[in-house]
Amino acid sequence: MQRMPAWADVVLIPLISLLLAAILSAIVILAIGESPVEAFALMVEGALMRSAGWGYTLYYATNFIFTGLAVAVAFHARMFNIGGEGQAMLGGLGVALVCLYIPWPHWSLALLGSSVGAALFGAAWAFIPAYLQAKRGSHIVITTIMFNFIAAALLNYVLVSLLKPVGAMDPASANFPPATHLPTFQDMFATAENPLFRGAPANVTFFIALAACLFVWLLIWRTRLGYEIRAQGFSESAARYAGISPARIIIISMLISGALAGMMGVNTAQGEAERLVLNSTEGAGFIGIAVALMGRNHPLGVLLAAILFGFLYQGGAELALWTNIPRELIVVIQALVILFTGALDNMVRMPLERMFMALNRKGA
Amino acid sequence: MTDQAPAIELKGISKAFGPVQANKDISIRVMPGTIHGIIGENGAGKSTLMSILYGFYKADKGEIFISGRKTEIPDSQAAINAGIGMVFQHFKLVENFTVVENVILGAEDGAMLRPSIAKARKSLKSLAEEYELNVDPDALIEHLSVGHQQRVEILKALYRQADILILDEPTGVLTPAEADHLFRILDNLRNEGKTIILITHKLREIMEITDTVSVMRRGEMTATVKTAETSPEQLAELMVGRKVLLRVDKKPATPGDVVLSVENLKVTDDKGVDRLRGVSFDIRKGEILGIAGVAGNGQSELMEVLGGIAHGTGTITMNGRPVALSGRDSDGQARRRAGIAHVPEDRQREGLIMEYAAWENVVFGYHLDPKWQSGPLMKNAAIVDEAQGKMERFDVRPPNPKLSARNFSGGNQQKIVLAREIEQNPDLLLVGQPTRGVDIGAIEFIHQEIIRLRDQGAAVLLVSVELDEIMALSDRIAVMFDGKIMGVRDPAQTNERELGLLMAGIEGDPGDEAWKAVDRKLERKEAHEAREAGDA
Repeated sequence: MQRMPAWADVVLIPLISLLLAAILSAIVILAIGESPVEAFALMVEGALMRSAGWGYTLYYATNFIFTGLAVAVAFHARMFNIGGEGQAMLGGLGVALVCLYIPWPHWSLALLGSSVGAALFGAAWAFIPAYLQAKRGSHIVITTIMFNFIAAALLNYVLVSLLKPVGAMDPASANFPPATHLPTFQDMFATAENPLFRGAPANVTFFIALAACLFVWLLIWRTRLGYEIRAQGFSESAARYAGISPARIIIISMLISGALAGMMGVNTAQGEAERLVLNSTEGAGFIGIAVALMGRNHPLGVLLAAILFGFLYQGGAELALWTNIPRELIVVIQALVILFTGALDNMVRMPLERMFMALNRKGA
Repeated sequence: MTDQAPAIELKGISKAFGPVQANKDISIRVMPGTIHGIIGENGAGKSTLMSILYGFYKADKGEIFISGRKTEIPDSQAAINAGIGMVFQHFKLVENFTVVENVILGAEDGAMLRPSIAKARKSLKSLAEEYELNVDPDALIEHLSVGHQQRVEILKALYRQADILILDEPTGVLTPAEADHLFRILDNLRNEGKTIILITHKLREIMEITDTVSVMRRGEMTATVKTAETSPEQLAELMVGRKVLLRVDKKPATPGDVVLSVENLKVTDDKGVDRLRGVSFDIRKGEILGIAGVAGNGQSELMEVLGGIAHGTGTITMNGRPVALSGRDSDGQARRRAGIAHVPEDRQREGLIMEYAAWENVVFGYHLDPKWQSGPLMKNAAIVDEAQGKMERFDVRPPNPKLSARNFSGGNQQKIVLAREIEQNPDLLLVGQPTRGVDIGAIEFIHQEIIRLRDQGAAVLLVSVELDEIMALSDRIAVMFDGKIMGVRDPAQTNERELGLLMAGIEGDPGDEAWKAVDRKLERKEAHEAREAGDA
């Protein structure tokens, strides 16, 4: 018997959780002497009301879609991949190597090449933790987070000692050749009369991210591999009964997860910066965890949650620019959102269930 | 004597969990110094009722009277204070404590242990003398046999001055001889004026030991009768609501060529303990080989190796071809390719993915079959249709393939697994505990399907702890004890007594203490049957 209708489970609960997070954030904003209504209005205006705002929101969302899908795929195999940050960094390295050292004639081919490079490097970074978990039982949570630190150190070394052009000061690679420039939304949609997305970094990679959502949906719910991944995630003992190899599933799902996280590098390195810089990931790997939790590990949920977090990032930047509200507060608001939608899910779910069951009994 | 207050009286007990009415207006009276049985299918509400009596749940409506006095039981301490003691199906014992330490756990006399232990020791000694509950007080629980562990559970209750003992499915883990001893203990307790409530699904036990019996169905008490005035057939009918065939209709087997040949199979678990210590047997086409034995004697490991879940050493041939016991081709997929289907002992942990819908479970293990693929994607719609067909053919209720497995009752879950494995038309079907936790109506159906598969020429390896089931279905019976086969018997030429001894590791001969104990039980049973025959 259903405790509550599906729409309530998928839509109402996250909505109520968000509302609670918003109310608590409003209280915090009040506490520092600012007006929550004004703050919220500013966020909406800055992130959603101008096309340039959308340009930033969707740029961030693209990153979060990739890292969110990465965590979601691993979660279906019951693995908590918190190494998205490191896998994304390595993905960026893959993009840089592909763009700098292969003479691409056209950006579409460069995009193909860099996607492959990003996915391969991201997957490779996830391989060692996956192998260790599969064959030695080393806990993936510990290995992947350690690999984040190793990745940062590795990138530092590579950028400073290998990729930095001679005579340059910042630890960054050379600029990518202009042929690899990915069309931004401004390139694609602005006209003389309608200067849309001015200066915003959103680019064609956003559509790749949408395609990735479709790909993950097909993979997890429509293919044999997805069937085996979910089965193993739900019950390893049953999977073994069915002849599904736990080691194989662990490794394959982590490789796919790492590849997805690595793809974020295409958006940041090739799409926006057009070179590889230090700390290009800026914590997006960790936001991916929140996005996957909030999106209930489903590509559509990940997409919506990624856009929400893009909105919070861009809106937060606007708040920091125009008011006295410090950047850190945005982190507090993001944390509240994650807390309510991820961890305190039951706080909303249980009273809602009771309400629906009471309504059922009255009606029946 | 006639105006004595009932030891326990329940009036109008009702309890609902959300939309499910687990107990509906239950009223019972149990007189002191009697053994009262409560029988019913899974989900009938027996466990809920006992949980209310023991304070785990609070009834929505209704009253409880102990020895005529209205009593509130808000928690288990209140139940204990009211003189109720409960012996659970899954023992609540601390394995690395001694018997005495377990007995005083929660009933210590004050902060210092020594006086409590001394007092308990004295009490245990007198209880042992009074009721034949002999147990070494200083033995560690983990070293005791299951039968002895159960005695500790009973002692715990008696130590807390229980006058009313509730036993929940007590004989599931006992050999026939141990069960017999338990019934002697219950007899002694009854004769001393204790009241006993026995919850069981085994009709034979109800007939053997109880004075009165209540039948529960779908949360309601459908009947309370005197045991002497009823029969297993009548009780089964009351439990299910229709006539139930208690015997299995079976043509004699016509075994053909050898399908499975096992030679010197050995399995060692990951703690280094030998679980299978050299097992050899054959199974032929059109034959059911039943493996009898108390759980834990290697039967599970046997099924796991044959099913490709565990590794072992030895030689296994299937239809003449060798089967790999370790390495690449030794997993469940290889076994399925070799023509072996497997209904596992634990349907929830192995046979099904509880979170998957019924249709997803219908191809579980066979999901790589090309007939379910269309390019890189699976043919989900076709699988749903297949599931619909299977569910109708096997009478799975409700026949909705989109419901998740969790929403089906145990019997229906089992039918989904069986439908999947049997309709693969395997050469060999491995089936473990096929009717565990399954309602009596579905049991009939499942037994018929296994026989039908055998009649179609498949070989069947049946593992079950229910001796009745083994004897009803098998064409040959192998008894396992401590990782070895103690003997192979023809069901028509053996009986429960002989099998029971083999199950206990005794290749006994007349004159043994064990024989005498079983003889006494059979005498009682024969006298009872004679009485029945006289009445009929």
